[in-house]
Amino acid sequence: MATKSLKARHVELAETHKQLEILSNGIFKEGELPYFKDKIAEIGEFPLKPKKLEVLQINVGYMCNQVCEHCHVDAGPDRKEIMTKDTMELCLEVIRNTGAHTLDLTGGAPEMNPDFRWFVEEASKAGIQDFIVRSNLTIIRSNKKYHDLPEFFKKHNVHVVSSMPHYTRGKTDKQRGDGVFDKSIKALQDLNAIGYGMPNSPLKLDLVYNPSGAYLPGDQAALEHDFKQALKDDFDIEFHNLFAITNLPIARFLDYLIASENYEDYMYSLVDAYNPSAVENVMCTNTISVSWDGWLYDCDFNQMLGLKVASKVKHISDYNEALLNDRDIVISQHCYGCTAGAGSSCQGVVT
Amino acid sequence: MTNNYYDPADLRKFGKITEWSEELGTKFFDYYNAVFQEGALSAREKSLIALAVAHVVKCPYCIDAYTKDGLQRGITKEEMMEAVHAGAAIESGATLVHGVQMMNKYNKLSM
Repeated sequence: MATKSLKARHVELAETHKQLEILSNGIFKEGELPYFKDKIAEIGEFPLKPKKLEVLQINVGYMCNQVCEHCHVDAGPDRKEIMTKDTMELCLEVIRNTGAHTLDLTGGAPEMNPDFRWFVEEASKAGIQDFIVRSNLTIIRSNKKYHDLPEFFKKHNVHVVSSMPHYTRGKTDKQRGDGVFDKSIKALQDLNAIGYGMPNSPLKLDLVYNPSGAYLPGDQAALEHDFKQALKDDFDIEFHNLFAITNLPIARFLDYLIASENYEDYMYSLVDAYNPSAVENVMCTNTISVSWDGWLYDCDFNQMLGLKVASKVKHISDYNEALLNDRDIVISQHCYGCTAGAGSSCQGVVT
Repeated sequence: MTNNYYDPADLRKFGKITEWSEELGTKFFDYYNAVFQEGALSAREKSLIALAVAHVVKCPYCIDAYTKDGLQRGITKEEMMEAVHAGAAIESGATLVHGVQMMNKYNKLSM
């Protein structure tokens, strides 16, 4: 398992233009598979337009304590892109005035941003209905200074969403690194101990499942059932919902697909599983993604591909929700990842 | 057209059999899809049965398809291998139970 990001390894694929080239050439250019824009044009959804803004997703930095094989952010301990307090101030201004009902902080490991706690304290004052922090769980156990994170989250009524690729040790550690499973289990027990994830508890704890390989997630409800039963039986752990998220063919997952000679088959699987009814609810239609340096994107995936919003407003310093909502959403072939099967988003299935 | 009898890429083209006989192809795929829905058996249980049968009928396409299907359903490799053994046990049992026929014939022909 790699311990450095593609960027730190100076891999060609760390360049976003290289990824976009791969996604537009080969089987798509040769006409074996249709371009995403042609596919959604069939149902009159091209150009794809936003609906009402519901989710403001802010990426506070790409630094992470883990180097997961499938990471679309190419995050890791060597990534230095971290949101500054100045940019956070700009975000807070937007958070106080947005019509979005959900604020979603992600990374990297968002907790590694030195101003993370200050930012959460300030943001929670804005009274947004649902305040999510995407925590990878192991961060809580990685260092003493993070051991009190569950209490901190509870104090600010944060909705915790955490990754858990499988309920068995082997599959989890293969994707996310040795020891990740045991640390994650301990962190979940810590969260449960103060009320997170317990039945009827207002302290929301959801898990995210990404397949550990070149295949799509199965039925979300069936997976949730299996996860709940196994985690309860084996570790007495409770959680609320499981979000099954499809791995999009970008960054480290794209690197893996190519290296393992699974790229073409995977793209075929995504296109075969294309579900027109998922198109109208893809998350880019209700989300704005903000990068560590304040640029605006249609989603976190477009952020990692360097595809800024196609709007006059491109930066948080010029934020204008009405203007932004009039944009065309930027798409490429990675978008098939969000329309496969029951659809996929940061909140799980979309149909 | 490759020079091999089996090409993994042919699995993607399975649906094309309908082009040469639409009525029968459509009936087959409708039936196939109905079989693997949740019923008295769960879709997960049926996936494991399909994997075992795939090995017994030695269909490389089916093995690829149901290994992937199992992964998608979160089925573990231990469960998959046990299913393959269940298939193998029936298949070897089917051979061995004919040993009784051999014994019968032997006894009949012997004084």
